[in-house]
Amino acid sequence: MYEGAVQNLIDELGRLPGVGPKSAQRIAFHLLAAETADVHRLVNALVAVKERVRFCAVCGNIAEETQCRICRDPRRDDTVICVVEEPKDVVAIERTREFRGRYHVLGGAISPIEGVGPDDLRVKELMARLSEGRVTEVILATDPNLEGEATATYLARLLKPMGLKVTRLASGLPVGGDLEYADEVTLGRAFEGRRALDF
Amino acid sequence: MSLYRDEGIVLRTQDLGEADRIVTLLTRRTGLVRAVGKGVRRTRSRFGARLEPFTHIDVQLHAGKSLDVVTQVDTLHAYGSVLVTDYPRYTAGVAMLETAEKVVSVEKDPALRQFLLLWGGLRTLAEGAHDPRLVLDAYLLRSLAVAGYAPALEECAHCGVPGPHREFAVHAGGMVCSLCRPAGSVKPSPAAVALMVALLRGDWESADASAERDRTECSGLVAAYLQWHLENGVRSLRLVERA
Repeated sequence: MYEGAVQNLIDELGRLPGVGPKSAQRIAFHLLAAETADVHRLVNALVAVKERVRFCAVCGNIAEETQCRICRDPRRDDTVICVVEEPKDVVAIERTREFRGRYHVLGGAISPIEGVGPDDLRVKELMARLSEGRVTEVILATDPNLEGEATATYLARLLKPMGLKVTRLASGLPVGGDLEYADEVTLGRAFEGRRALDF
Repeated sequence: MSLYRDEGIVLRTQDLGEADRIVTLLTRRTGLVRAVGKGVRRTRSRFGARLEPFTHIDVQLHAGKSLDVVTQVDTLHAYGSVLVTDYPRYTAGVAMLETAEKVVSVEKDPALRQFLLLWGGLRTLAEGAHDPRLVLDAYLLRSLAVAGYAPALEECAHCGVPGPHREFAVHAGGMVCSLCRPAGSVKPSPAAVALMVALLRGDWESADASAERDRTECSGLVAAYLQWHLENGVRSLRLVERA
């Protein structure tokens, strides 16, 4: 045990994900030895994230104003909405530069075993957005695992009567992988979703 | 036995660190096993969808101090890909997986009958020949029966006098006669009780012919009975949807 402030810092750092007692101690001593200005920068960044960052009123992405950068952008296509689980997924899709529509962040996936049902996600908000009538296509981009698939199935069933085009991201073989290591479900999906090569 | 091989069903997965996952398996020979699947969450993982819930797998594990490590895995049946396309069947299936984990509860204590029961249950659910809620209720009743908590349905749970009796008391262990009837007993319809008997015995002909009202009542009784006997309730039961 160290003296008050140092031990306090170690305890607080140790509560972060992936940081064990030894790592917490190492970070604490690094901060103790660091320049005061560096530590202040870190403190300011931590405070700013709690004070300034909130969730976008439209899509649920993280934002610094009422609406996020993507919802404010007038060049975006209003007719397509891509539904994702987490704000991290928005960043991942943005990196591809393939998608120019809007997003909707659900805030997780349906996971009955964790007690998370459709009512715990931003499904109602999605339905409200769709009822405005501008959207013609909904892309379901939840994770390609069981919970993500179940969420996509649930949403697809809900959206069907609205007469929209509902699409799901393709599943298949990862680029740069080996066919022989692909599992049966993934390889099966790749076969289902095969496409003609047009030259 | 630092390296061992078994056959099992993936019950649940929890993220661990950057790209790993802890998978809980109900295996044929070893019972409940918690193991680490290294790098499963990476898109280029060699395990891929094999360690997703509902998958029946042939697996090689390395015994560790607290958690085992999955070294090789092959799919025997991927029930998940079928169940996930139908929301009511999926939610019923999740409740089955969660119940299996809670009923077996002790790690590495062989539970062959529970494994076979779960396997059969998932197979039936995936085939889609019966109402998913009936399959779930049949599984819950039989799983409790195998664990030693079979409800007394045709005799009094307290004094053993043969029935039929009219009242059901969850905390007494099933149907009770008018003399033993404790406070808080309920009077289910005879048809709902008959459905419970049919599900426990595997009499699908009678079960499939049952009325929707009796199915709902039967599900309520089974859920109450299950939650009473398991130390921690089954959370996913709340989210099971009727077909």
